[in-house]
Parts: sequence; structure tokens; C-alpha cells
Amino acid sequence: MDDFWGTLFRFENYGELLVLVQNSIYAGALLAVVGGLIGVFIMQRDMQFAVHGISELSFAGASAALLFGINVVLGSLIGSLIAALIIGVLGVRAKDRNSIVAVLMPFGLGLGILFLALYPGRSANKFGLLTGQIVSVDNEQLGLLITISVIVVLGLTVLWRPLSFASVDADVARARGLPVAGISIAFMILLALAAAVAIQIIGALLVLALLVTPAAAAMRVTASPFLTPLLSVLFATVSMVGGILLSIAGALPISPFVTTISFLIYVICRIIGWRRDSTRVSGARVRISA
Amino acid sequence: MIEQSVLSLRSATLSFGDRPLWRGLNLELKAGEFLAVLGPNGTGKTSMLKAILGQQALTSGAVEILGSPVRRGNRDIGYIPQQKLLDHGTPLRARDLVAFGIDGHRWGLPISTPTLRRRVDAVLESVGATDYASAPVATLSGGEQQRIRVGQAIAGNPKLLLCDEPLLSLDLQHQRAVSELIDEKRRELDTAVVFVTHDVNPILGMVDRVLYLAGGQFRVGTPDEVLRSDVLSYMYDTPVEVIHNRGRIIVIGAPDGHGAHGHDAHHVEGGEH
Repeated sequence: MDDFWGTLFRFENYGELLVLVQNSIYAGALLAVVGGLIGVFIMQRDMQFAVHGISELSFAGASAALLFGINVVLGSLIGSLIAALIIGVLGVRAKDRNSIVAVLMPFGLGLGILFLALYPGRSANKFGLLTGQIVSVDNEQLGLLITISVIVVLGLTVLWRPLSFASVDADVARARGLPVAGISIAFMILLALAAAVAIQIIGALLVLALLVTPAAAAMRVTASPFLTPLLSVLFATVSMVGGILLSIAGALPISPFVTTISFLIYVICRIIGWRRDSTRVSGARVRISA
Repeated sequence: MIEQSVLSLRSATLSFGDRPLWRGLNLELKAGEFLAVLGPNGTGKTSMLKAILGQQALTSGAVEILGSPVRRGNRDIGYIPQQKLLDHGTPLRARDLVAFGIDGHRWGLPISTPTLRRRVDAVLESVGATDYASAPVATLSGGEQQRIRVGQAIAGNPKLLLCDEPLLSLDLQHQRAVSELIDEKRRELDTAVVFVTHDVNPILGMVDRVLYLAGGQFRVGTPDEVLRSDVLSYMYDTPVEVIHNRGRIIVIGAPDGHGAHGHDAHHVEGGEH
């Protein structure tokens, strides 16, 4: 048992390790901001499953890039953009969208596994794309990830109000003259960018832990349009950076730490939300019937 | 000087493929006038609203708002959709939904200014929603949500209010409250109202004119002129009986009442529910 905990958490030479993974921490914090913000809209637009589909095609793109020796981030970007546009154009209705995602997802995964199997390089790198890789973020990649993340955050800033409006009530937004279909495609592109960043850090299979769980947790405890994205970013940052800091101690993959922290935050938020709801019902909230 | 029509349809025709929904529709709606659009599903009631919103091109004819051709995103139009319950966790409060009616079309972050806040407060008060102004929208009842949507629609002081089945899935008490609110606002603001509904009863006392669409035909007139057995029997081409009972109108025998419905099969045309 001691061995088990010893493997999980080992804090000798922690300072030196910290320097080694500096880039990963930066990248992780960045991804947390992106994931926390975009997650709020993923939840509102009921796109959780679509995110998973996009990540698997992103994984296929990344492994193809690995095999053919081009930039992995670029490869994963191409994969996720293709998936996002297919889902965005063909999956306007939730039901269509779910079946398209269900069709794309195994296809992407299979393709990715094929490329990885053909890749002659070290096997440690291979599964990083699926389950997360920690020390592999080099300066060149970090630059690219930062650029993509900045685009996503800026894009969301510009789209924020119309996107909220169109997400909550597309018919009224359309009646007000908003280009609802265009907004939806723009959002899919931002989502593709976010997914491409996420799979570099946490891995294609676990992207949801950063793009969905923090926002879902935030929505359990608040409905404020300001607090929701703030808490979501905070939760994502705690999960991501906390996960990295814990994982380097045992030289283990970061993903299990990130996903566990993010899951625990969600559980706590659910309990808080549930307790508050039950007191609200018994408390006398004055309401005038409509 | 002749008063300008808020909405005018001239020889308006809409067909999908070779199936005409309505043909040669002429209609002039003045400020403050309340028009109910009735008829079974699939007769182009919603398509008419889309034509007015500039989202649906007519096959022929013209639609004008205040003398100008329709265009998308006309701020003179307020739109109240069907009630659909919002998901739990939607990160919006009642006041945010109303604010969309004022600035929802603008890009950027939803940053509130004191001016905007005052306007939203005034609207919330005028629709009687001050008590739940800051409540998460998803915690509100269907009737409360519709109240907020009325506020959202009138927040921009529209000249024309389009209502697409705004009472659907509300109980009788809320149906009355929401329709009375719409009526009150159109008198206050002198707004013309086009109210699409499958059941005229909740709004019978407010309606100035009725546009009835059925069987590729239409009739325009006061409720007494249109909602009559002979008129509807002719339009449906089958015997239809219109019964007036304690201030309510019940239509019996309209094909619509026999399962020709789409999504709202439980609502019988003009029936009691």
C-alpha cells in the first residue's frame, strides 16, 4: 500500500521537476481559460457529445501528422476543423447531430490508431495523444497553442452576447436579425480550435474533463451570466494546474489527476446546488403568479 | 391624411412547390390593431410570420412594414415565440433575457450600463416581473417565462408585435394572464399585434380582426364575420359547426380536430382545454 501511494506522490527533487514542466503548466493554464469559457456555451448548446466527436477526429489528424512528420498541432487542428464543420453543417438538429457524432467518433479513433500503428517512433509519444502527455510541450508547440488559445478567447469575446442570445432562443435571435446559422458555424470553429489545443495536453479521450466538467459544475451553483464563466475558468484552472503539479511528483500521466480533481469539483458543486435548491423550495420565495 | 398601415400584405401568395398555402392575401393592419391568425397546422400561419420577418420570400405579392419592404432584423418588430422551458443551469437571469430585447443583436461582451439597467428595470416592472428579476430563468414557471418574453419583445418599443402561439403549453390561468398582458401593452404602446394561435378563446375579447387560413383559402374579418358555421364549412369543404357557449367558441367537425395535427395533437381547434 505504501508503495502505491509512494508511486502516486513522490516529492523528491520537486523543484527541478517543476522547471522541467514549466511549459506544460503555462499550456495547461491557458487551456483552462479556453476550456472554462467555451464550456459555458458547449453546455448551453447541448454540444457535449459533439466535443467528444471533434476530439477523436482531431486525434486522427494529430496521429497522421506524427506519421507523416508534419506539425502535430497543425494535424490535430485540421482534423478537428473538418469534424466541427461536418457536425455544424449536418447536425443542426440535436438528434441528427448525435448520430453524426456517433458515426464520426469511432471512425476518427480507428483512423488515429491506424496511423499510430504505422508510426515507427517511440511508443510513449503515441498514446499521449489519447490520454495526455506532460513534458512533450516544447517552445515551438507552446507558441502555437498560445496563438490558437488567444484566437478562441478573442472570438468568444466578440461573439459572447449574440451567442448567448442565439443559444437560449434561436427563433427570437433570428427575428432580431442575428445571423444564427453563421454564429453557430463560427462557434463550431472556435470549438474545433479549443479541442485541438486540449488534445495536446490532456488527450483526446479526456477532453471533456476540461471542456465540459468545469462549466457543468459552475452551472450547478450559479446562474449568473458573470459568475458562471468565472467559476468555470477557476474550476478548470484548479483541475489543470493542480493535476500537473500532483502528477509530476509521481512521474505519472497528468490526465488521471486532472480528471479526478475536475470530477470532485463537480460532485461538490452538485451537492452545494442540491442543498441550496432544497432550502429554496422550503424557504418562502415570494412569487407573483404570472 | 390617411393613417399609414403598420403591416400591409398585397396580393401576397406563398406556395411550397405546387402547393399554395395562401393566395392573393390582402391585409392592412393599423397601429394598435389586434389580429388573430387562426387555422389548422400546415396552412402557413408560421410561414406568414416568417414572411413578415423577412425570413421567407413570398411566391408573389408584397409585404411592407410601415411602408417599407420587409427586411431581416427590423427593430420595429417584437417577436414572442412559443413557450419552451429553458434548461436548468442556463446562465441567465430574467433581466438578462429582457436585456437581449434591447441589445441582444450587438456583438461583444454583455456589459451592463446604468442606462441599460434602468430600461430593463422599467420593462420588468411594466410586465409585473420585478419580483423575479434576478431569478435564474430556468427556475421560473412557464407563465413567468412568457411574461419575461413579452417584456423582451416590447423592450425595444416595437410598432408591430408578432406572437407565435405564445400561450401554447400554459395552463388556463396563465394563458389569460399572458394574453391580457399582451393586450395591455398593445394599448399602452399603440402596437399592432399579429397573434398566431390554434385556440382563439383566450384572446376572443381582445381581437379586432381574425385571419382564418384553411384549405388553401383565407377569410379576414371580425370574429363574428369569420367564425361562423357557413364560412368555415365552405373553407373546409365539409360541414363544420361553430358553437358559441358562455363567451367561448367551439369549432366542431373541422378536419383539424381529427388527428391531422402535427406536434400539438392534443389541442383541438377552438375546443375546450
